[in-house]
Amino acid sequence: MEKNTYDAIVIGSGISGGMAAKELTEKGLKTIMLERGRNVEHIKDYVNANKDPWELPHRGGKTQQMIADYPVLGRDYTLNESNLDFWVNEKESPYVEVKPFDWFRGYQVGGRSLMWGRQSYRWSDYDFEANAKDGIAVDWPIRYKDLAPWYSHAEKFAGISGNRDGLPQLPDGDFMPPMEMNCVEKDVAARIKKNYKDRHMVIGRTANITKPHHNRTNCQYRNKCWLGCPFGAYFSTQSATLPAAVATGNLTLRPHSIVTRILYDKDTKRAKGVEVLDAETNQTYEYYAKIIFLNASALNSAWVLMNSATDVWPDGLGSSSGELGHNVMDHHFRVGAHGEMPGYEDKYVYGRRANGIYVPRFRNLFGDKRDYIRGFGYQGGAGREGWSREIAEMSFGGEFKDALTEPGQWTMGLGAFGETLPYHDNRIFLDKTKKDKWGLPVLAMDAHIRENEQKMRIDMMQDAQEMLEKAGLKNVKTYNNGYNMGGGIHEMGTARMGRDPKTSVLNQYNQVWDAPNVYVTDGAAMTSAACQNPSLTYLALTARAVDHAVSELKKQNV
Amino acid sequence: MNRRDALTRVALIMGGTIIGGDYFLTSCSSPESKEEKKTTAKKQEKPFLSQDQVAYLNEVGETILPTTKTPGAKAADVGSFMAVMVKDCYKPADQQIFLKGLTQLEQASQKKNGKGFLELDPAQRTALLTALDAEQKQYSQTKTREAPNHYFRMIKELTLLGYFTSEVGSTKALRYVPVPGKYDGCVPYKKGDRAWATT
Repeated sequence: MEKNTYDAIVIGSGISGGMAAKELTEKGLKTIMLERGRNVEHIKDYVNANKDPWELPHRGGKTQQMIADYPVLGRDYTLNESNLDFWVNEKESPYVEVKPFDWFRGYQVGGRSLMWGRQSYRWSDYDFEANAKDGIAVDWPIRYKDLAPWYSHAEKFAGISGNRDGLPQLPDGDFMPPMEMNCVEKDVAARIKKNYKDRHMVIGRTANITKPHHNRTNCQYRNKCWLGCPFGAYFSTQSATLPAAVATGNLTLRPHSIVTRILYDKDTKRAKGVEVLDAETNQTYEYYAKIIFLNASALNSAWVLMNSATDVWPDGLGSSSGELGHNVMDHHFRVGAHGEMPGYEDKYVYGRRANGIYVPRFRNLFGDKRDYIRGFGYQGGAGREGWSREIAEMSFGGEFKDALTEPGQWTMGLGAFGETLPYHDNRIFLDKTKKDKWGLPVLAMDAHIRENEQKMRIDMMQDAQEMLEKAGLKNVKTYNNGYNMGGGIHEMGTARMGRDPKTSVLNQYNQVWDAPNVYVTDGAAMTSAACQNPSLTYLALTARAVDHAVSELKKQNV
Repeated sequence: MNRRDALTRVALIMGGTIIGGDYFLTSCSSPESKEEKKTTAKKQEKPFLSQDQVAYLNEVGETILPTTKTPGAKAADVGSFMAVMVKDCYKPADQQIFLKGLTQLEQASQKKNGKGFLELDPAQRTALLTALDAEQKQYSQTKTREAPNHYFRMIKELTLLGYFTSEVGSTKALRYVPVPGKYDGCVPYKKGDRAWATT
């Protein structure tokens, strides 16, 4: 038992788990980080990162075998032979879709921090105050001022490149030098500024470093991030938090460790540890600690809670509120517009920028009022067409080929990411009739977007078209390719923070109301979804919660 | 590729009628499981396409993307690429269309010229493929999503994809820099400069 006792346990090793481990170990706590999947070693295990495109037999495409093996992953661009090993084995770990739900998971050390989109935005009080002002769900128990120093802390460590744009709905941070817009993007940004008072197009803020940082090499503009970066140029567990945690000498990392439940002590009303199923040997172990950080990703953190303390609460630890597993949120997307930019034939780019442009939210702000609440942002970019374009009047032959070896015209696209409201009825629950490879019950998903999101999608499409047309693009076409919950890969809300244990699972420091030494600091904690990419907020919440946990530990309050 | 790029790209492809689209949109069938595949792979000595068929497809590919000031499709061995792609990435029904298409192409050549494709001179090859391409374009424009694909569209798509993503296509016809090291969003371009192989 003694050798299984630590000061702190971290469940999950993705973006937020890695941050928890780093912060805890740097504060001197002996910490074990439990990861359900295999180990992935920085650089060594990025098996395709240094291959040229032609070294992949299907040039990055999908085979029928892959399509059969990964029916969920194949619903989007995510199914790709170049990083297949970073995605969950769907046959081993199934789930139930009461309503269509896209769940793209990464079960390995580093989790989805290896494949994430890296866009990193602060939220503002327009977001933290939104539920209270609209009178929906529950109020966030924190405001921007509570999180601002922790955003800085996270940004300085992770290395976020971005421009200080001075926009109230997208607060500036402690940034590394921004990446550059290309000439067409600069022109479009200027024209949007001229045409609209409250709409702005800025360079994306991304967790790719633009100068050397903590033994990491700055971005080399290969744009192959999701294969794992041999330069360590983007923020991941492997490139950043894990080496920092290891350097303290306080970290133990245990892969192949499925946490099946948190061990709850009725007498102390605290968690005393966790039960682990070794994914390779099927042996069960127990680990003990004073503090537990649950960072298994939004839906799986809820799964762990649902399986815990069921002798006290049949629906699991944190279920006394009736909100555990409810209020599932995501960002709805796959809607926008694209068009052609005349001119600029004498301009091109050098390098492959692992970043795009961003149009922060402008709807329902600054006096604007729509027939829905909240808003959306755009991600996109401009570039010249490549060989896959059609050449007018030419079908094949030498001239056709030579024409395709030159770049085509400039095009630009805007794709929207919209806020999803926290609906109590959007929920996940345990389906005990279906088991995974290890005999564990699986999650069932019952969530969909509603009228507010559907109305928003019309603006998401039309505003993109209008802005591109006003910016001088021609032949602008809209698209709405449909959306399933989860497809944004920004799952949130299943163990939300709040001010009242009757209506929320976590308090203002991310402590489970019913077990204050258990902190949940991943997407599960989110009380609303905003429309900005959420990972930076998880990092900030995590660092803030660790600071709280360690000070409470010193005061012997947890 | 980053996520946003992928999304924008897919959107662009889905929005237009760009050659190669089917490659990104291949949908599901029910192929054999991994275990079955392992056992059949041992038995399966015969390659999906014979050496003659690969050589034939290289000749067809060379007519689609011939050697100009840069090497052509044959130099990139698009025939071998097609064999891999059709075997691994095509649904069984599409595989049959492709295989049957090789015969159909040969028959079309016999009918038009009284001899096989390999016996044709470059002008005759171009004339034949021009007719087949017009046929597939007309067919593809009006066909329903579920209706069978046209074999010549497959050959043409795979030639383009195979060539421009090959080492020859990427480095000789296009420009490829594995590690750019920097980003410049506005560099001069003059007509004739080659495009970047990857974005």
